[in-house]
Amino acid sequence: MGMKILNIVAYPFIAFIVGMLYMGIARNIIGRIHRRWGPPVFQNLIDVFKLYRKREAGSHGVMFHLGPIIMVTGIVSCLYFVPLLNNGVWLKGFSFEGDLILVTYLMVLGSLGMALGVGQGGVPFGVMGVTRGLTRLIGLEIPYFIAIIVLMAHYNTASINKIMELQAGGITHWGMFKLPLAFIASLFSFWGMMGASPFDIPGAPQEVASGPATEFGGKYLALMMTSRGIFGFLKLTLWVDLFMGGAATILILIGKTFLLFLTVLFVSAVYSRFKVEQAVDFMWRYPTLIGLIALVIEMVR
Amino acid sequence: MCTDNPGVWEYIANWARKHSIWVLAYGTGCGAIELPPTMTSRYDAERFGLRGAATPRQADLLIISGYLATKSLKRVIRTYEQMYDPKYVMALGSCTINGGMYWDSYNTIKKLDLYIPVDVYVAGCMPRPEAIIQGIISLQKRIEEGKAEGAKKYRENIEWYKKNQREVLGDDFLPDYTWNFEGGI
Repeated sequence: MGMKILNIVAYPFIAFIVGMLYMGIARNIIGRIHRRWGPPVFQNLIDVFKLYRKREAGSHGVMFHLGPIIMVTGIVSCLYFVPLLNNGVWLKGFSFEGDLILVTYLMVLGSLGMALGVGQGGVPFGVMGVTRGLTRLIGLEIPYFIAIIVLMAHYNTASINKIMELQAGGITHWGMFKLPLAFIASLFSFWGMMGASPFDIPGAPQEVASGPATEFGGKYLALMMTSRGIFGFLKLTLWVDLFMGGAATILILIGKTFLLFLTVLFVSAVYSRFKVEQAVDFMWRYPTLIGLIALVIEMVR
Repeated sequence: MCTDNPGVWEYIANWARKHSIWVLAYGTGCGAIELPPTMTSRYDAERFGLRGAATPRQADLLIISGYLATKSLKRVIRTYEQMYDPKYVMALGSCTINGGMYWDSYNTIKKLDLYIPVDVYVAGCMPRPEAIIQGIISLQKRIEEGKAEGAKKYRENIEWYKKNQREVLGDDFLPDYTWNFEGGI
């Protein structure tokens, strides 16, 4: 009983710390690419702590308070349905038949809560950022959904745990080698969801002063940064579970997620930002086409 | 929520504030051109935890870079009042200290300290990025010692600051709601 409770409590904390460290490592590596030293790897943890200890935070009403809270709640509740490890009792999360569909829906909840909060802030930049973010979502969800459908059809299940079990037994059984086209299609989507550079249109500091986060400062911004760290780790873990055979131990999980994270990082370090319509255009062309080919192959097989 | 007896939490918080300063670079004058080299690969201020902030709501440090026209002063005050406590101000160049080469000018202010509380002055015309980094380090020392309480000072002496601002801005004065919302400044 005590172990179960510890399991549940440890979940978001592990995700938060690892996600924040990844963001710090990303800043450091991008610094090295720019031929700078870059900040220390725990810089983002310091930033979040500082923001929590700000003495003021202006509010614009009830929804402005609730926006970041809905964001954190949605993301943490989504996290509980994504198993971190694939065997034993530790960090398995809640699992049942069909939780992949549930996770897919819960992933959007954070952004929607955020949008509600921004709406009461009344900053034009924030509203523009939300609009851009939702437009981008239309683009990048299509290839992701197609890839998920291919995956479900191939493994004949909608449970993340079962998909992980079916991928056991060596590297050749992984989803990324069994269904390479679906993996490639979903990878584009994944880069977009991680806010990597060709697709970082919602919070563009040069265009819409940090987008949805414009009016949020102090503890609200800290909550948003927290949820961003957790969400980053959640998405990495989900992709590792679906396409890379899951992980037996924490170390293997960190190794695999970090490899996946490096792909995001190297793409974002060299590409500049798309326009909104360019991003949607791109997403509906190449990744969707690759995904549809994968779907046809899966139907023929 | 200002504590008069800083405990261990405040000490840790000051350590975090010291290592995570988000800068709102308000490019008023010549000094704006010194900030890109400070942030980019030659001098790399990100080593000290500096980061650009896009909006005043997220910023801790307001850098006044050079001379300040009275027209700009209005915007600077408004920006400063929108920032959240604890907030710091760094003033670059001689112009913010005593008017500098704009001493006789009819539309620039001479001493920034009369209008908003300044934490660190960096002398020079213009100060090089090394000088700016030196200023940042002295600001970090002030934060660690708990002396960088500009927001508190501004709140306590609000009448005096408003009087000085009114003398310069005249009829063109800021509306009350910029500082007089619930919860103080």
